[in-house]
Amino acid sequence: MAFRLKLVPDVTRINFFRWQALTTGISIAAMIASVILVLTMGLNLGIDFRGGTTIRAESSTNFEVGDYRAALEPVVDGDLSITEVFDPTFGPDRHVAQIRIGLANEAGSVTPAQLNEYEAALKQVDPNVSFAAVESVGPKVSNELVMTAVYAVAAATLGILLYIWLRFEWQFALGGVAALIHDVLLTLGIFSLFQLKFDLTTIAALLTILGYSINDTVVVFDRLRENLIKFKTRPLIDVMNLTVNETLSRTVMTAVTTILALLPMLVLGGDVIRNFVFAMLWGVIVGAYSTVYLAKSVVLWLGVKRDWSKPVKTAPGERDDLAGTPFKDMP
Amino acid sequence: MLQIPVWKRVLILGLVAIGLLFAMPNLFYERVERHNDAVAEVERAGFETPEQAAARAGWPDWLPSNLVNLGLDLRGGAHLLGEVHVADVYRSRMNALWPDLREALARERDVIGAVRRAPGPPDQLHVEIGEPSQMARAVEIARGLATPVASLSGAGSSDLAITASGSTLIVGLSEAERAATDDRTIQQSLEIVRRRVDEVGTREPTIQRQGADRILIQVPGIGSAEELKALIGTTARLTFHPVVGQGTDANARPGPGNIIVPSLEQPGVFYTLTEAPVVSGEELTDARPSFDQNGQPAVEFRFNPTGARRFGAYTAANVGQLFAIVLDNQVISAPVIRDAIPGGQGQISGAMTVDESNRLAVLLRAGALPAQMTFLEERTIGPELGQDSINAGALATVVATVLVVGYIVASYGLFGVFASIAVIVNVILILSVMSMNGATLTLPGIAGIVLTVGTAVDANVIIYERIREELRAGKRVVAAIDDGFNEAMSAIIDANVTTFIAALVMFFLGSGPVKGFAVTLVIGIVTSVFTAIYLTRLMIVFWLQRRRPATLEL
Repeated sequence: MAFRLKLVPDVTRINFFRWQALTTGISIAAMIASVILVLTMGLNLGIDFRGGTTIRAESSTNFEVGDYRAALEPVVDGDLSITEVFDPTFGPDRHVAQIRIGLANEAGSVTPAQLNEYEAALKQVDPNVSFAAVESVGPKVSNELVMTAVYAVAAATLGILLYIWLRFEWQFALGGVAALIHDVLLTLGIFSLFQLKFDLTTIAALLTILGYSINDTVVVFDRLRENLIKFKTRPLIDVMNLTVNETLSRTVMTAVTTILALLPMLVLGGDVIRNFVFAMLWGVIVGAYSTVYLAKSVVLWLGVKRDWSKPVKTAPGERDDLAGTPFKDMP
Repeated sequence: MLQIPVWKRVLILGLVAIGLLFAMPNLFYERVERHNDAVAEVERAGFETPEQAAARAGWPDWLPSNLVNLGLDLRGGAHLLGEVHVADVYRSRMNALWPDLREALARERDVIGAVRRAPGPPDQLHVEIGEPSQMARAVEIARGLATPVASLSGAGSSDLAITASGSTLIVGLSEAERAATDDRTIQQSLEIVRRRVDEVGTREPTIQRQGADRILIQVPGIGSAEELKALIGTTARLTFHPVVGQGTDANARPGPGNIIVPSLEQPGVFYTLTEAPVVSGEELTDARPSFDQNGQPAVEFRFNPTGARRFGAYTAANVGQLFAIVLDNQVISAPVIRDAIPGGQGQISGAMTVDESNRLAVLLRAGALPAQMTFLEERTIGPELGQDSINAGALATVVATVLVVGYIVASYGLFGVFASIAVIVNVILILSVMSMNGATLTLPGIAGIVLTVGTAVDANVIIYERIREELRAGKRVVAAIDDGFNEAMSAIIDANVTTFIAALVMFFLGSGPVKGFAVTLVIGIVTSVFTAIYLTRLMIVFWLQRRRPATLEL
């Protein structure tokens, strides 16, 4: 027999509902904790959402953040924060500082003269420093970007809700969306906990998580619907357990490939994109959990219609258990 | 299901081949880019230098030469979001209307009494009339100056909104006219920004309207946003005015019809000028950098015939008088007219460097912005940081691909090899589609491709897991494979449609890097369905037909 790597045995009979109270409870507790975190600690909003200026200063020699601060403080008005960026991809002669300057004036942007002043001040303490990137966002745009981001996440959730409702049943739609809200909240929570920078690209990651997580959930729902047609009389909870067990191998397989794809990006992709990749990676893990433990609990709790026989058009030679799958005739 | 007609096989393989062909130029990015630049240069200049010929020969003309656009975060460059002060135009419209209105009202002075312009907001004309009881007549006269709005949505309405309060006649632009004017202002601004950016000859700039009154400008390869701002943030409104007086008080009363303008070179000196210019920058036909008689950098300009005539007539009539050259509300210089200048040529000189004279010439040639522009968002990314990101992204992609391929092959054996080929072809197809329609690859876009590597396998995983189940259920090989593909289809479609919804939302609501990411994701969804379903199946069918296996281990 040829060697096959199987993380999940061929046939599993795990009772996913044995600790239902616990697993769903963990999800709910994590969601509440995330909301509390965001409300108390807040998010480390980037300049996209808060306005201001960031400067990425790179130097070939080591520097002290304190020196930079001392050099910049006299010339900068508006609050100043300097952090040193460390990254495994940097060589020994690459030292990066992220300088953030709060909104100083209504226009929000630093003038070329100011920028030259800052660079000159830094050159006093570190002659090898240069500005690799400068970004500046005014308050008008940042307020709009916040609204756009909120709209985007809401619109995507709503669109997905509608689609699942059309393709399945409303209980499935609610179950799927519950999983989505879970994933979004937990991502916000971890960004708040570690005070990771939350900017426009994080929103992109969040939307991707929505797509990925619902993808996972839909595959399980699809199989659930099929099984509901096949086993018309078995209790819903049994059919659900069977479904999750049947799709477990695929859930794990896909999660592992995606994690394998994202991990190198997290480690080797550089610090510019690290938060983005981290958000996606976290979303994949949280999304897998919410698919297995949350989405179907909601469906179970809401109940679902058991008589799927109505739309059957049994043509001669056609198996009636496929009737609910409109795409079966696709090439 | 497993009988794939020959034409379909040819079509699938043909699409893959086309994809490979169109993705190939990206392997030789710099060489192809030099080739493309040379071709564009030659087309513009009309002749070819030896270097350009060499660059052009570096890539055969008959091969596709479209490249993936690298986003600013990868290539370095500047990004600006500018807001056009559309209301500026209302003011100049009102100022231009005032002489006509005054004349029309003055003609009936014996009915409505004396007419005087009263202070009011800049986008309205407030006119005090001597006989408030005759206001109805004054309104009627003002209405006579209105014209219909020249736009589709505002058709039929008048361009002036005229009201009266007490003894004051208030004239402003109507809503419809404002909308139409705003639109024209933005269009003109876009056009002028585009001309200015093109003048400096950078490659692939993006200049788009965003929302009602904003312009997004992205110029790859430019050193800094400041450089770009200096180029497009200047209104460059050039006018020539008769000088009335000269003083040191900025707040002196200039007198009716006059304005006070500071001097550029002598701080504290203010000129009083007549507000109406003799000639303005719109009458210029050419401007180029040169040197004045003292060898200082200067800009030479030439008027069109109308401008030349007016300029000639004015200078002939005012020999010995002072004359001011005004750029963006600053007097650049105020020479004495020594002689009539009939030829319509002139020179602007003053304290400027060669670079500044070059830029001024560019600005004058491209024309003045109709309204001032301020910048709401600016980003500069240095080219080295971009290159670092490309290198890091490329390395991560290679490692990710190796890991994923290793894992799939370990899990599914030969079928895993099929899936891996499909995934790699998928990445190539994404690049080729992006090259063909000139989409922009950003750093999040690279992450998007990496994610697609993960999810593209998903479709194959769904199919393979299904085949495994069917085999376990005791089906024969061909039937199991056939059913595996059939049964998995609805899950694959549903899963991809939901991701597609999220990507569409990102595309329509997102901006900049987010949009780039959404484009990558959408293309990736379409190509991954193609490779995972059609290409993988074709490979499996080839294998089935050659081997005709009785058993299958998956």
